[in-house]
Amino acid sequence: MERRETPTHAMDFSALGRTAGNRRMEDEDIAIRVNKLDLFYGSKQALFGVDMQIARKRVTAFIGPSGCGKSTLLRCFNRMNDLVDGCTTRGEIVLDGVNIFDRAVDVTDLRRRVGMVFQKPNPFPKTIYENVAYGLRLQGVNKTRVLDEVVEKSLRRAALWDEVKDRLHESALGLSGGQQQRLVIARAVAVEPEVLLLDEPASALDPISTLKIEELIYELKERYTIAIVTHNMQQAARVSDYTAFMFMGELVEFGDTDSIFTNPAKKQTEDYITGRYG
Amino acid sequence: MNSNVFTANRPRGKFENWLRQGTPWIWLNAGALTISLMAVIGLLGYIFLKGIVHFWPHPVMEAQYVHEDGTREVIAGEIADSEYVTTTRLREAGEWVPGDSIETNRKLVKIGNRDFFGRDFRWVITPRLENITWPEDLWLIERREWGNVYGRVVNVKQAGEIVARGEAAEAEVLARIARANDISDRIADIQKGAIGSVNYRIEQLRLDEKALVLEYGANAVPADALAALAEKRKVLEAEYETLAAELGKLNEEMARDSLTVRVSDGSEHEINLDKIVFAERPNALGLFGRIAHFGEKLWEFVSADPRESNTEGGIFPAIFGTVMMVFLMTLIVTPFGVIAAIYLREYASQGVMTRTVRIAVNNLAGVPSIVYGVFGLGFFVYFLGGNIDALFFPEAAPAPVFGTPGLMWASLTLALLTVPVVIVATEEGLSRVPKSIREGSLALGATKAETLWRVILPIVSPAIMTGMILAIARAAGEVAPLMLVGVVKLAPTLPLDMNAPFIHLDRKFMHLGFHIYDVGFQSPNVEAARPLVYATAFLLVAVVAALNIVAIVIRNRLREKNKALEN
Repeated sequence: MERRETPTHAMDFSALGRTAGNRRMEDEDIAIRVNKLDLFYGSKQALFGVDMQIARKRVTAFIGPSGCGKSTLLRCFNRMNDLVDGCTTRGEIVLDGVNIFDRAVDVTDLRRRVGMVFQKPNPFPKTIYENVAYGLRLQGVNKTRVLDEVVEKSLRRAALWDEVKDRLHESALGLSGGQQQRLVIARAVAVEPEVLLLDEPASALDPISTLKIEELIYELKERYTIAIVTHNMQQAARVSDYTAFMFMGELVEFGDTDSIFTNPAKKQTEDYITGRYG
Repeated sequence: MNSNVFTANRPRGKFENWLRQGTPWIWLNAGALTISLMAVIGLLGYIFLKGIVHFWPHPVMEAQYVHEDGTREVIAGEIADSEYVTTTRLREAGEWVPGDSIETNRKLVKIGNRDFFGRDFRWVITPRLENITWPEDLWLIERREWGNVYGRVVNVKQAGEIVARGEAAEAEVLARIARANDISDRIADIQKGAIGSVNYRIEQLRLDEKALVLEYGANAVPADALAALAEKRKVLEAEYETLAAELGKLNEEMARDSLTVRVSDGSEHEINLDKIVFAERPNALGLFGRIAHFGEKLWEFVSADPRESNTEGGIFPAIFGTVMMVFLMTLIVTPFGVIAAIYLREYASQGVMTRTVRIAVNNLAGVPSIVYGVFGLGFFVYFLGGNIDALFFPEAAPAPVFGTPGLMWASLTLALLTVPVVIVATEEGLSRVPKSIREGSLALGATKAETLWRVILPIVSPAIMTGMILAIARAAGEVAPLMLVGVVKLAPTLPLDMNAPFIHLDRKFMHLGFHIYDVGFQSPNVEAARPLVYATAFLLVAVVAALNIVAIVIRNRLREKNKALEN
């Protein structure tokens, strides 16, 4: 198959304002720590002893072939896997010193602090305003002035305000795909999460919208810790600070993006990146 | 040609291509739809035409009826029916039939004057009728009791004195009847309104007194409580006296005038105007006159109370009772059905137990409705109602309050009947909500209950409305269970009136479906009642259609609001 894009290992990172290998995990403030995480769907094991950290206010990308477990791992961070019947875990995920699998942890509070954006945009069939205000209303905030402020702030942060400010009270389903995805991002940031999980956020969108989302991620990382799952390696290379390569439920390699893409330690990683398989 | 190779390009005949398009199936479907539509329209059209006949004015004929011995009898009345019968059959029945044709026509004439002639309707042999005329001075006078009178106006009297005769009398008649009807309306208002209220309050006092007796014992009731009650009773009785006096005066006023008619056999009868509802000369009506008559009769049908054992007058209480019962039933069934469906689909673990419950619910829909009636009678009326009476209304004993069929038990029984429909429709709607919406809400920190209430239910609301529509359609037409749990032939009061607590759930009510049965099969005068049966049947269909249309419009609005989840 002919490849039109520049192979990742040959990309010029200096254009992005970074030099290869200038990040080190030891210097980072850790937001989420994953300790020996195993995950089972019934009796079938899907994740094997995953050990990694997510750095605060950085973008961590998960790459790997289909079915390698990256979405499963991502959904562990806000315990969305609890919704799957028969899903059990072993090990810990520590957020701010607390293991999120602890019985005492309030799942709804966890999900507010760790927001998620899904692959296919899923705005509610309400108005744009009500979509963004949904999370706040859940917290009991109902004062119009407060809601107005937060809605505008969130839509600005999602780079959607200018496009929708005149039609806040129209149905959200009238927006285009890219706009809907940005609306979903606005909805997620409206509740001031600490971490944002993005599960292939641009894979259902056209290239222009994809670009807009990537620019957005760049801005969002000023405020939020971001973990993104993506099929698109170029996107991972462009957007992330740290990259985790997974294969068949195992974390094969984890490190800062530049190293992974220019100088991977494992042969499996190199094979994947250069497109020899996956 | 290599016979091992499958040739994909073999030529196909025209017929085969026609078959492949599925055209025969399309024609079959279209044919079935057309037949169904024709059946529905035909049914509605037939009921409508047979019923509408009741309101359009009929001309009144006058003729001479020849008897075998040469005597002639004058017969006057409306022609209600006409049929051909074999002459031999008529002769065997003892009738004289002149001529020798094999079949003879006979007509059913509504001669009215039941109190003078003994019967309303009479079959006459058409060949024996001579000098058939349609005189313009024949009057049709509709009375509150004893049906119609057909005759000529001789004079009009006021307070016993003749005020006008002959031609002049005719002009007076209409004006005075209008006056009498006005007074009658005022009397009805006072009776239903003021006097009804006074009676109700007196009854409440009696119950209060009885409650005190129960509380303190027959001889130990504190004197001041008794005195207070006696005071109130005195006030109410005084009120009653004034109202009764007023009524007496009005009744006198109404009975002041009278008119005298001469009927077909030459005898003269005086009829007091307070007995007359309506009078006109049917043969003298022009087109506008007929249309006015039609409109007036139609309006009376839907707004007035029934008279003459449900064969005359209007059916307003039945319409009111039907609509009110349907509303109450919907109010009860919707929350129960929706909550049950949500539990079955969202919260219950999907095992054998849930499947059994679902099968049981679906089977509920197949139980014959009269069984529901019997269950409602036994459980709701006697058990629940009896206990409610014992606990909350001991002073009303031995007269039952809720321990007897009534509006609430009827609505509850029908709610039970239609709950499976609502559950199934709601479950269907819930299953169509995309998982991504639920996940989106949960990922924002909502609990399952919050997701259900804020996001899922608005999306499911059109399906819930569908369930409601089906429930209404089913329940509005059921009659058998209602006969056991709350419907009566004639209810003196409506379940909704101006006396606190305004909605009387313990009252019995009238119902259109039962009314059809009653008028069609249990009226003393089946011939007179038949057009009324058709008219009531059409009205029932119209009421149900109206309720459905309202619900459908609401559902379409909800669909628009929650649109575009087609993925």
